[in-house]
Amino acid sequence: MDRPNSYKRDEAGEQPPYLHPEYRSTVLRAPKQPLVPLPHTLSEITGPVYGHEKVGPLDHDLTRQHDGEPLGERIIVLGRVMDSNGRPVPDALMEIWQANSAGRYRHEVDNHPAPLDPNFSGGGRCVTDAGGRYRFVTIKPAAYPWGNDPNAWRPAHIHFSLFGTAFATRLITQMYFPGDPLLACDAIFNSIPDAGARHRLVCRLDLEHTEPEWALAYEFDIVLRGRDATPMEG
Amino acid sequence: MATRHGTTPSQTIGPFHRIMVPWEGGAELVAPDHPAAIHIQGCILDGAGQPVDDSVIEIWQANVHGRYAHAEDTREVPLVEGFEGFGRAITDGDGRFDIVTVKPGCVPGPGETVQAPHIALSVFARGLLKQLVTRIYFADEAAANDQDPVLRTITEPGRRDTLLAVPRASGGAPPVYDFEICLQGPRETVFFDV
Repeated sequence: MDRPNSYKRDEAGEQPPYLHPEYRSTVLRAPKQPLVPLPHTLSEITGPVYGHEKVGPLDHDLTRQHDGEPLGERIIVLGRVMDSNGRPVPDALMEIWQANSAGRYRHEVDNHPAPLDPNFSGGGRCVTDAGGRYRFVTIKPAAYPWGNDPNAWRPAHIHFSLFGTAFATRLITQMYFPGDPLLACDAIFNSIPDAGARHRLVCRLDLEHTEPEWALAYEFDIVLRGRDATPMEG
Repeated sequence: MATRHGTTPSQTIGPFHRIMVPWEGGAELVAPDHPAAIHIQGCILDGAGQPVDDSVIEIWQANVHGRYAHAEDTREVPLVEGFEGFGRAITDGDGRFDIVTVKPGCVPGPGETVQAPHIALSVFARGLLKQLVTRIYFADEAAANDQDPVLRTITEPGRRDTLLAVPRASGGAPPVYDFEICLQGPRETVFFDV
């Protein structure tokens, strides 16, 4: 009965495992019992769906949330949200958060001795349009050290949060920048077994949408789980 | 056969999610003085028994009548104005959270089955490369729980009980249910592959 409504399962190696000992925090937090398979019932094919009502007019522009402009390299981050059947995900709430251009989060537990920027909070929201497209304006975040080992550094990244169309499509992830040498040694990025899947998290320089004399653009497309079977084409 | 586009992998929410734009309403799905309000209070513990004090929990549930506020729930069951069924909370320094909501009604399961009242719950945290998904059922719904198609698949009694929120004996108003989430250990919570 539930089969026609189910969402596709991810393929092997596409998602990180819970236990990835190279990322030390997983050791005491990854469940040790196998997950119990859950059929997709009404509880999983419904889910929180939010759109424009959650987004203020400047929430998509992290460079205009204070009186002055933040320091750093202004960038545009844009792309398309679709499902694994290639259909756009329209009118969907996206949330992002990130470190500033010095690699510091405006957060009480971030002790990295890099400067805070009074003109940068680091949190944003936007809604995809009818074609699933989105666009943020922000500052390129910097790398920062973390406690995973004595010389561990996170590659520059932006956190993304999406609800999609159902409880089963909820996704929180991170976007990385092309050519970052820290990617090769990052325990979090390299937790994704399949190299092709891993590199879906690396955005692409997009000269077409770059605004001359103002900001480089980076394109980051996001693919959420699609339906197993679609009863109607349309 | 259409081409399948590979899905975007999950990554950890990390420790710095408090700089997200705050979620209006948090985990108060109804006002605390709502006549049907209940509290679900709990904590999240890691494999060393230490509180997980930097996690985000999200919940999703049907309303008191068992209707989801979502376009795909098209049944002739009433919606409740203002009840969205979603909440988000950040665990405190002791790994604790407090959800204020109403007990959901029953919803259909696969085939002709009926699912007992339950709340879907996701845990996001540093050290979790992907969210963990569990369900909150209610210990005082024994008859419905015995018929629930998901609970029936969990045959070890100790495991099944990890999904039950237990009414607190004090009997105050609004009622309080306790729900502990253990990521590992002898009382490891049942987590689902959704």
